[in-house]
Amino acid sequence: MSQHTLSVLVENTPGILARIAALFSRRGFNIDSLAVGTTEHPDLSRVTIVVRVDDELSLEQVTKQLNKLVNVLKVVELAASDAVQRELVLVKVRADNTTRSQVLEIAELFRARTVDVAPEAVTLEATGAGDKLDAMLRMLAQFGIKELVQSGAIAIGRGSRSLTERGVRETRTLRITSGVARTAQSA
Amino acid sequence: MPSTVQEAPAARLPRMCAADDTMTGAQSLIRSLEEAGADTVFGIPGGAILPAYDPMMDSARIRHVLVRHEQGAGHAATGYAQATGKVGVCIATSGPGATNLVTPIADAHMDSVPLVAITGQVSSKAIGTDAFQEADIVGITMPITKHNFLVTDAEDIPRTIAEAFHLASTGRPGPVLVDITKDALQARTTFVWPKTANLRGYRPKTRPHPRQIREAARLITSSERPVLYVGGGVLKAGATAELRDLAELTGVPVVTTLMALGAFPGSHPQHMGMPGMHGDVSAVAALQKADLIVALGARFDDRVTGRLDTFAPHAKVVHADIDPAEISKNRYADVPIVGDAREVIDALAAAVREEGTAGDYSAWWRDLIRWRDTYPRGYDVPADGTLSPQLVIERIGRLAPEGTLFASGVGQHQMWAAQFLPHDEPGTWFNSGGAGTMGYAVPAAMGAKAGRPDRTVWAIDGDGCFQMTNQELVTCALNNIPIKVAVINNGALGMVRQWQNLFYGARFSNTVLHDGATNAATGSTRGVGSAANRGTRVPDFVLLAEAMGCVGLRCESPDELDVVIDKANSVTDRPVVVDFIVHEDAMVWPMVPAGTSNDDIMAARDVRPDFGDAADD
Repeated sequence: MSQHTLSVLVENTPGILARIAALFSRRGFNIDSLAVGTTEHPDLSRVTIVVRVDDELSLEQVTKQLNKLVNVLKVVELAASDAVQRELVLVKVRADNTTRSQVLEIAELFRARTVDVAPEAVTLEATGAGDKLDAMLRMLAQFGIKELVQSGAIAIGRGSRSLTERGVRETRTLRITSGVARTAQSA
Repeated sequence: MPSTVQEAPAARLPRMCAADDTMTGAQSLIRSLEEAGADTVFGIPGGAILPAYDPMMDSARIRHVLVRHEQGAGHAATGYAQATGKVGVCIATSGPGATNLVTPIADAHMDSVPLVAITGQVSSKAIGTDAFQEADIVGITMPITKHNFLVTDAEDIPRTIAEAFHLASTGRPGPVLVDITKDALQARTTFVWPKTANLRGYRPKTRPHPRQIREAARLITSSERPVLYVGGGVLKAGATAELRDLAELTGVPVVTTLMALGAFPGSHPQHMGMPGMHGDVSAVAALQKADLIVALGARFDDRVTGRLDTFAPHAKVVHADIDPAEISKNRYADVPIVGDAREVIDALAAAVREEGTAGDYSAWWRDLIRWRDTYPRGYDVPADGTLSPQLVIERIGRLAPEGTLFASGVGQHQMWAAQFLPHDEPGTWFNSGGAGTMGYAVPAAMGAKAGRPDRTVWAIDGDGCFQMTNQELVTCALNNIPIKVAVINNGALGMVRQWQNLFYGARFSNTVLHDGATNAATGSTRGVGSAANRGTRVPDFVLLAEAMGCVGLRCESPDELDVVIDKANSVTDRPVVVDFIVHEDAMVWPMVPAGTSNDDIMAARDVRPDFGDAADD
C-alpha cells in the first residue's frame, strides 16, 4: 500500500463532492483524506484527495475514473518532493497550573499557536505535513488529549506553474453534435 | 469561451419572432427534444412531468409511445437507440416513475447505449421535504449514468437537453438523466438552442496515438498466435467494414463477444466464434492459447476471461478503447490505445500495410481449425420427441426474413440465441449483456420495431423473462408495433435451474415456474407453486397474448415447428406470441463454470476438450 496525493480541479457544481465520494466507495478505492475549497476562479473548486493504493495500476485506475466525471477538469498527482502539503489540527489538551508550561513548550517546538486557554485545558492550532502533526500529537498524548479535529490535507505544487491555469487553458468549448450516434445500423 | 458555430443546414429553422420566443419551460423542453432530433420517445405521464405532456400533444415531430410501465419505456428507448443509431429517449414522472427507470438506465450504462432519460421532479421549493412522489433520482442514478442533471430553472432546459444528447452519443455512449422540477416546467422562459456545449471537463479522445499504433502493428506481424478480440465498441463505432479489412489483411482469427455478435460475419472463415462462459470452445481456446490479444472495444469482462489470473497466460495485450479507464482495468495492456474503434482499426490496417511483412500463423491456424472442427456448436435432440430449444431458435433464425432484428432476454435462451442465430449482419442483435436484465427482450424489441418499422423484429424470450415485461405487448398492439415474440417455454428459470442441476445436486429451489411444460422429468416438485394449479399452464401464454391484442400461437413438437414459425412470420399487422413448449432439461454448453479458469471449459457435461500441447509452450 502506498499513499498518493491527487489534486482534482472540478467545476463548482452542486453534487460534485457526492460524485467523487460515490465514485470512491463504488469502486472500492481507499481514501485517507479529502479536502475541498474554491480556487482563484470562482467557478472552479479544487479537491485534494489522499488515496491509498496497492500498486501503480490501481492509482492509474483512480485517476482515470476521476477523469471520467464530466465535471472534473484535471487530475494531477502531487509528489511529495515537488509539492507543499499541509494539514490543520485543532487540539484541546488537558493542562492545569502544573503542566501548562510544558504543553506550551511543546506547542512552541512545533510552532503551534495557542488559540484558547481555560483553567483545565489549552487549545492549540497547528499546521504542517502529516508526520510533523503526528509527532506533536504523540508528544501531547501524555498530558491527555480531550478533543481533536483534523482537516484533510491540501497541497500545491512548487515553482511558478499553476495547476488551475493549465486546467483552464486545456478546456475548450465543444460544438454540439445532434442526437445522432454512429452505429453500424445507421445506414 | 466562444468557438465557431457550425450548424447543419437541416437543423437551421426559421427563427421565431421575438414575441413568440417566450414560452413555458415545458414548451421549451419539447422544442429542445425536437431540436436534438428525437422523433420517437417512450414514457408515461404523471404529476410532476404533467406540464411537459401538454405541449407534447402539439408536437408534429415527436411521436410519444405510451408504455405500460416505465421500465418498458427505458428498454424500448435502448432498443430504439441500437436499431436506429440515434439517442433513445424515455420520459417518466417523479418518484416511482423515475425509480422504475433505474433498471433500464443501469442496463444502458453497462452496455454503453446512448439514452436520455427525462424525469419530472417535485417543485424546487419542495425538494428535500419528502414531498409526494419525491425521490432523489439524480442521487440514485449517479453511479449508473454517464452524467446527470437537476434542472430547477426553465432557462437551463435547452442547454441541458443539448448537453445531455451530446454526452449520451459521443465518446463512450451511455445514459444521461435530466431531472426537471415542476416549477421549471411551468415558468416562462425564452427558448435559445445553444450551439456550443459548456462541458469543460468532457474531452473524449478519438484519434489514437501513432506510436502505439505502430507498436501494435509490429506485434501483429511478429506474433505467431494472434487473436482479434472484438467487443461491442466496434459496432458502436460503426467499424465493421474496417474490422473485416484488418482481419482479411492480416489473416488473424477473430472472436466476437456477446455484445459484438454481427460485428464480423458469423459465417466468415476467420470467425472463431464467441468467447466466454458459454462461448465456443474454439474462441475460448484461441484467447487462452494466444501469444497476442488485440482487444478492440472490449473490456475483459469476467464472463469472457473466467478466472483472471489464469486468462490467456502467454498473451501480450494490445487494448484499444475509447474509454481510457477500461484499459488495464482488468488485464494489463502492454500496448494501450485510446481512440474511436473506427479510427484505431483504420490506423492499424494502414500501419500493418506499412510494415510490409505478414505474420506466419500457419501452425496457429492448424490448431484453430482442429478445435473448431472437433468442438463445433451443437446440441442433443431430446429422445422423447419434445422440442429442443436450440432447434427452435435455429429455425427462427433460418426462416426469418432478411434483415430481421433480434432482441433477447437473459438466460439460457439468450445464450442459445447467441449461439444459433446467424449473426451475419451488424446491428441486428440486441441483448442485455453487462447487466443481465431479465425482461429486456419484449420492450427492447418494441423500441427497435418503433425505430425500424421496415424490419421484422423477433424477441427471443424465456418464460421467466416474458412474465416480467410482457405488458408492453399491449403497447405494441395499440400503437401498431407488430413485433414477434418467441417464448422458449421450459416452465422454469432455466439458467438458474441449470446451475442447480450442476452445482446444487439437482435441488430445484424456486426455479420451477409451473410444471405443465413436461411431465416433470426429474420428478422433483420442489419449488412448485400452490397445489390447485399444479400441472396446468399458468399463465396460458396463448390466451394471454390474445388478451393483449396479439396473435397467440403454440408449438409443441418438432413436426409443426417450421409451419408455426412461418405462420408467425406471415402476420404483419399485429404482434405475435409463439409459446414454444420445449424440453426442460436442455442445458447450455460449452460452459466455463463461474470462478474457474477458461482452461477448464466443458464442451458438454463431463466432456473436457483436449487442446493438445502444440500451442502450449
